[in-house]
Amino acid sequence: MAKHILVACGTAVATSTVVCMAIEEAMKEKGIMVSTQQCKATEVPSLVENADLVVSTTPLPDDLPKPSIVTLAFLTGIGKDEIIEKIADHLRS
Amino acid sequence: MSSSILAKYLVPQAICLRTPAATAEEVIQRLSSKMEEAQVVKPSYCEAVIAREKIMPTGLPLLEGLAVAVPHTDPEHVLKPGIGVATLETPVEFSSMEDPDEKIAVQLVFVLALLDKHEQIEMLQTIMAVLQEPAVIREIINADSHEALLAALGKASQ
Repeated sequence: MAKHILVACGTAVATSTVVCMAIEEAMKEKGIMVSTQQCKATEVPSLVENADLVVSTTPLPDDLPKPSIVTLAFLTGIGKDEIIEKIADHLRS
Repeated sequence: MSSSILAKYLVPQAICLRTPAATAEEVIQRLSSKMEEAQVVKPSYCEAVIAREKIMPTGLPLLEGLAVAVPHTDPEHVLKPGIGVATLETPVEFSSMEDPDEKIAVQLVFVLALLDKHEQIEMLQTIMAVLQEPAVIREIINADSHEALLAALGKASQ
């Protein structure tokens, strides 16, 4: 079954769109089925229940019940390979 | 990168080279007024972007000590999709997207006017592809004419 990733940013319009596409592409290459959902960082607490992982470009609330990664790697290119591995590890576990 | 994507979205009136500005707000005001004159954004855009930047900033530290900011806001303040760009006479402090407490000195600002995320995915990907190429960023920062800036943007690989 596809793993569900919640992708958050400030407005759910710009940066999370790019991050969603990048994650989908990277996980496809690794043979990991994912579905992604964009949201605002403020919406994460109400949507997190159905997610296996949260990836955000902006700070998230502290006490989320699911694993989360805050990263700019998909925007800036810095440390992108490491983050892709980290996401894959979370989804495989 | 297809430079036609940028040609489609870059607002010619909103290309500001060597902009003298001391604060992030000044840069956003300058670009917003150009975007408003070009009827790309509504008069409410400027204040909305400044307000959002305070809570959820858009500064991005890049490779090789470079840094940019990509201020934007909700589609309700936008009339049509577009990009404005400002190079800065001296670096201006923006807060980091990842950690709003962290200040970074930005040399280049892209303001984004976004209406529909699905329609503008190519525009967003194009911008982000540019950000990942330090040589291109440096050339944009040093551009002394619109032509030089457009030529630099056209060199990004995607």
